[in-house]
Amino acid sequence: MPIELKMPALSPTMEEGTLAKWLVKEGDSVQSGDLLAEIETDKATMEFEAVDEGTIAQILIPEGTDNVKVGTVIAIIAGEDEDAGSTKVAPTPAPAPAPAAKADPAPAHAAAPAATPAPAPTAAPAPAAQGERIKASPLAKRIAADKGIDLAALTGSGPGGRIVKADLEGAAASTAAPASAAAPSPAPAAAPAPAQPFETDIPHSTEKLSNMRKTIARRLTQSKQEVPHIYLTVDVQLDKLLKLRGELNAALEPQGVKLSVNDLLIKALAKALIQVPKCNVSFAGDQLISYERADISVAVSVPAGLITPIIVGADDKSVSKISTEMKELAGRAKEGKLQPHEYQGGTASLSNMGMFGIKQFEAVINPPQGMIMAIGAGEKRPYVVDDALAIATVMSATGSFDHRAIDGADGAQLMQAFKQIVENPLGLVA
Amino acid sequence: MAENYDLIVLGSGPGGYVAAIRAAQLGLKTAIVERENLGGICLNWGCIPTKALLRSAEIFHYMSHAKDYGLAAASISADLDAVVKRSRGVAKQLNQGVTHLMKKNKIAVHMGDGQLAGAGKVEVKGDKGSETLTAKHIIVATGARARDLPFAPADGKRIWTYRHAMTPAEMPKKLLVIGSGAIGIEFASFYNDMGAEVTVVEMLDRIVPVEDADVSSFLEKSLKKQGMTILTGAGVEELKATASGVSAKIKTKDGKVQAGDYSHAIVAIGIVPNTENIGLEALGVKTAKGHIDTDPYCRTNVKGLWAIGDVTAPPWLAHKASHEGVIAAEAIAKELGNKDAHPHPMDAKNIPGCTYCHPQIASVGLTEAKAREAGYDVKVGNFPFIGNGKAIALGEVEGFVKTVFDAKTGELLGAHMVGAEVTEMIQGYTVGKTAELVEQDFMHTVYPHPTISETMHEAVLGAYGRALHI
Repeated sequence: MPIELKMPALSPTMEEGTLAKWLVKEGDSVQSGDLLAEIETDKATMEFEAVDEGTIAQILIPEGTDNVKVGTVIAIIAGEDEDAGSTKVAPTPAPAPAPAAKADPAPAHAAAPAATPAPAPTAAPAPAAQGERIKASPLAKRIAADKGIDLAALTGSGPGGRIVKADLEGAAASTAAPASAAAPSPAPAAAPAPAQPFETDIPHSTEKLSNMRKTIARRLTQSKQEVPHIYLTVDVQLDKLLKLRGELNAALEPQGVKLSVNDLLIKALAKALIQVPKCNVSFAGDQLISYERADISVAVSVPAGLITPIIVGADDKSVSKISTEMKELAGRAKEGKLQPHEYQGGTASLSNMGMFGIKQFEAVINPPQGMIMAIGAGEKRPYVVDDALAIATVMSATGSFDHRAIDGADGAQLMQAFKQIVENPLGLVA
Repeated sequence: MAENYDLIVLGSGPGGYVAAIRAAQLGLKTAIVERENLGGICLNWGCIPTKALLRSAEIFHYMSHAKDYGLAAASISADLDAVVKRSRGVAKQLNQGVTHLMKKNKIAVHMGDGQLAGAGKVEVKGDKGSETLTAKHIIVATGARARDLPFAPADGKRIWTYRHAMTPAEMPKKLLVIGSGAIGIEFASFYNDMGAEVTVVEMLDRIVPVEDADVSSFLEKSLKKQGMTILTGAGVEELKATASGVSAKIKTKDGKVQAGDYSHAIVAIGIVPNTENIGLEALGVKTAKGHIDTDPYCRTNVKGLWAIGDVTAPPWLAHKASHEGVIAAEAIAKELGNKDAHPHPMDAKNIPGCTYCHPQIASVGLTEAKAREAGYDVKVGNFPFIGNGKAIALGEVEGFVKTVFDAKTGELLGAHMVGAEVTEMIQGYTVGKTAELVEQDFMHTVYPHPTISETMHEAVLGAYGRALHI
């Protein structure tokens, strides 16, 4: 039996990807675990490993092809006892490669996305329906169907990679919410791709959007259209925190740890979320999910756009651990080498533009999270301390809250807690 | 002499010896340390020899009911010594079987008292002196022993633990069984079948309290019908061995204290883990309620130290120990770089439990009450043996099968059975539950006719209002 090699779903949000590079050629024999290709997803470039062994009989999607839908047959592998040559003939008349071949030249033109938006919303569940082999227990299949979770987006922990109930329980918070949000409103998904030809007399250059840019566009549009944001701003005095940071860094120098202000703010936000659990939530259709741990997604600017690596359980981690983890994650983020679980999930976000001298800003919530904290520059300002005008280092922090899930007073409490923690920073190292 | 191993297993019960075999299969240089008998309690003093005793009791029961089957058996009698002798023979045969398995798998057997002597070190004190063994990993599988009544420790003459009850010097005439878990009820059932007058005292409000409430009340009625006295919600306040037997003071449900004289008493009020004198404290091994704390792969908090079976968290069952042995061995092999080792985490919800009283009971997963408590909206099926052709033909119409499904997802949350052969049948539900089958999978399965297993099909259909033969 020739084996159809299909475009894999390398992350829960991946619907299509770019076949960046083939690492094998026709006639190569492959073993389970061999690297077959590099695939660019919406967030990162990932390696695609062989599961079956055999000989590459035919490559159907050439490298460099964009918008290859998950589930599309990209190559044919002949089994061990088969002749790769004869296998090659068999699948050609089969229907599967045909649409793939059509999709292949299309993306070269701007017309391609125009042709795809219509089937796109239905394309996601389709692979499963068409009998793509997803290994899942009967119970996992049923729960996925009930909750609208796409099994193709999950990795199984059961025997032979089978998806079991426990895998869905982990996924429920991260993939179920966007899935249910996406279902009633295909419009925002289509919105960022207005494929009308763009005409202008102004001298210009045109650049095709990267998958990451498309995802950013889609998710931010979705957030602003669906999530009613409220914004709450506080001024926070930083002098004590800066002093503490100086002392900690002097003490930590032998260990090679250098804390940034941001590392301390990550911890402060995490602690504030645990203190005010009503803000550590996700609005998920007909239910509210309250998290018992604060996983902080930290916005990191990368050449292709923006990505949010996560400090898992930041409320429980020491600031030096947060600092070393953050350095490592940011480094790999810039190289495009984060694994999906390292940037998907999170219970709230932190975005810091202080280094650019931005005084204050309002950030867009990263659904299904319930809030994001926007940090402005710490600057010396005239400040009233003990009824006298003095100079203090002050920053403005603005929380954006999903008003469906979080009431104004609860948001205000979080901001108050955050301010209190930063201004009395010894609690961060206690 | 110091020998260096990949793995040393401390204790050769059903957890330890299975762990050693699996480790050897995965290419680990493995040793096992045992202080008494290879095979541990299970096959020398527990599961297996009791099943041999209960088999004799069962045949005796059939002989006394020969008339029901159109047969006559004149002057039947039981020879307790011969029954016990057969049981010991069975245990011996299996003990030799384990010796053979160790040899076949090239597992080094060190007989003696093993004690952890620091990280990766075990000191074994045997008849021939002591030796220190070293290993990259150590599994603690030292098991557990019977819990004594604080005011009346077992003397082996009048006050027995399971171990004395298995090799009695004389047939008890009037027996008091304290505790109605699996061990208590099995001995109560055995001695009742053998002709003793049996009283069971249970502190909780029903016997076999871990089972579904329907199973408890069914079994209680059945045992009472067989002549047993059952006191639930009752506690033994005083127990004294006398020259001719034991005298007990029992506080009954209504708060009254009644005195009674018995020829013997069996204490079956639980187990105590064997955690003393094996060097756990010095290594700082974490325990919870006296039992060693582990993760789902049987790791303790100390690197390179693992624990399985009765010395860890419940359920305290041989097959749970064996399964943990396999998991731990695979996890260790994986840590040592073996790519063929794929350990999976232990899931207590899928561990079946069997009690070999007459009638037998077997169950897996949540009871109906526990499922409701956990917030499930449940669908419950219940099918009696009287609706099953095979059960009627066998003359075993006493029993039922109960299923508990999650109404929302069709997940089999629990299955509870009482009656003939149910201990052999529960694996059907266990396989299904482990593979996460839903109600339709069970409905679409063809069950062979005529078998009692058809009641399992009916109990699934019944949960959805579709039972056929009722």
